[in-house]
Amino acid sequence: MFRRKKASFIRTREDILFDTGNIIFMFILCILMLYPFINQIAISLNDAADSVRGGIYLWPREFTWHNYAHVFEKAAIYQAIFISVLRTIIGAGVGLFCTAMVAYAIAQPHFIFKKSITIIFIMTMYFNGGLIPTFLLMRDLQLIGSFWVYILPTLISAFNLIIMRSFIEGLPNSIFESAKIDGAGDFRIFFQIVLPLSLPVLATVALFVAVFQWNQWFDVFLYNSSQEHLTTLQYELMKILQNSSTTSSGDMASAFANSADGNANMVTPKSIQATMTIVASLPIIMVYPFLQRYFVKGMTLGAVK
Amino acid sequence: MPIESNTMDRNTNSLPTEQKEKGIKAFIKKCKDQQALLWMTVPFVIWVFIFKYLPVWGWTMAFQNFKPALNFSEQEWVGLKHFLFLFTDDRFLGVLRNTLAQSLINLVLGFVTAIALAVLINELTNIKFKRVVQTISYLPHFLSWVVAAALVSSVLSIDGIINDILMGLGFIDDEILWLGVGEYFWGILGAAETWKNVGWNAIIYLAAISMIDQEQYEAAKIDGASRIQRILHITIPGMKSVIIVLLIMNIGYILEAGFEPQYLLGNGQNVEYSENIDVFVIKYGISMFNFSLATAAGMFKTVISFIFLIAANSLSKKMGQGGLY
Repeated sequence: MFRRKKASFIRTREDILFDTGNIIFMFILCILMLYPFINQIAISLNDAADSVRGGIYLWPREFTWHNYAHVFEKAAIYQAIFISVLRTIIGAGVGLFCTAMVAYAIAQPHFIFKKSITIIFIMTMYFNGGLIPTFLLMRDLQLIGSFWVYILPTLISAFNLIIMRSFIEGLPNSIFESAKIDGAGDFRIFFQIVLPLSLPVLATVALFVAVFQWNQWFDVFLYNSSQEHLTTLQYELMKILQNSSTTSSGDMASAFANSADGNANMVTPKSIQATMTIVASLPIIMVYPFLQRYFVKGMTLGAVK
Repeated sequence: MPIESNTMDRNTNSLPTEQKEKGIKAFIKKCKDQQALLWMTVPFVIWVFIFKYLPVWGWTMAFQNFKPALNFSEQEWVGLKHFLFLFTDDRFLGVLRNTLAQSLINLVLGFVTAIALAVLINELTNIKFKRVVQTISYLPHFLSWVVAAALVSSVLSIDGIINDILMGLGFIDDEILWLGVGEYFWGILGAAETWKNVGWNAIIYLAAISMIDQEQYEAAKIDGASRIQRILHITIPGMKSVIIVLLIMNIGYILEAGFEPQYLLGNGQNVEYSENIDVFVIKYGISMFNFSLATAAGMFKTVISFIFLIAANSLSKKMGQGGLY
């Protein structure tokens, strides 16, 4: 992505010093970025009673799968995974289709409402009705307690719309014109020409939406906190986090009390939190290295305009 | 003469209306021709009005003693009562202070670290290493704030690594409950935001650096400019326009400090420093059902932000840097 420098000059001592320092700095940076994860993985794979003693950093001391077994023992986790996956797939699929369709229309130079519709959508980036009015709207639309409250309110984001519009505007005009001469209508051009040609930007936006959907917890908290069948992984983790932070000082004490019972299979809030953290983030950690170039493309596309 | 002027008048009068009629006809014809495009957009224009514009109507709540069970016509109007309450309430003034302080810290930290990281990544000579560093640096950006908050609270916990390192080095004698001391919250928040977003924010600067003409570097090398001098006099000036646009736009977002980390990491002990406008709205609205007061606070934030953003956008356009769009 970035041009390689010509190595046409001999490296001076200053260069060597700078490069060494830079490489060391980058190593430290990578450790800072990764350590919290590796630490959570280690804690999640370590015996809960043993973790309370502290001192678990990069590697489990007393290896066990017990924490995972405990987390996956509960039926609720399967429902949470199911809803998380479902909203990610449906949200990305439906959102992508709707965004692409509007983007295609407002990318047409002759469309009479091109400008007004673009402005109507861009304005939504600058303001929103706020929490309470939105909440009451969802109540009036009877969306509270339903799965669709995860999908409908965030159907089209203005940012993604602009990224897609820019891409479609960049497609060679001659394609549209020759298709029109052949008598193809807008829907046919959209489905048969524009969608196949826009795969890179579709991938980018699909990923943006999918990550957004997977990571959402606030709408669950707000609209469906009493609906156990609509819970998500992020929300389950959030509940664990909130419980442990309110008892943070009593955390260790209760854990010690537990371990005093001599129960070898006990779990602690700490080990459950670590395990849930890994479960809730693992899909993204596994997927993103392969897809990151699409993210980067979208980011630069959106910024360069 | 009078007759002539009369006809002239009639002419000048009738011409625009004729044109108008023609215009309306042409407009209808165009709509018919572009039916397909209308079918593609109109449902979503309706969607955007319902889901994004209609809630703004709810701002009327800020001027009422809103009761969810009553109709709009039955609500009691109270004028500016809620706003007056907010601006005389010590808690809300503290909330306002927190919002501004958190935003400013995030703004400055976010800028400096992202630019520095972009410059340093650009200086890496090994392409593979560069790619690995970049990939790792944006990992945290893709995680939810719930996960990030869990990680932060774990690192900062009594038996977390921060306490272990500081104790090991002898800087502190006793473990510190970092999230339990209000004064530390802004710093923790700034560090967490930086950790999460620095790699991602650097992308845009790296893109700007990649546009810089490589010959400038070659010429500077021939003239004997050192590495640091090249960074200061070529790389940083090369990013100038991107930096200015982003700075202006970010100042426009000054009241939008986010709510997720503040809500998730906030607790009773640090509430005086963690609670910002958005968290205040959640607490008053969702937990205490004071819909009117929460809406007033939210409306205040949105209106000020809106003015800031429009000003920032036009300022950035005026400076020839192009607005957000």
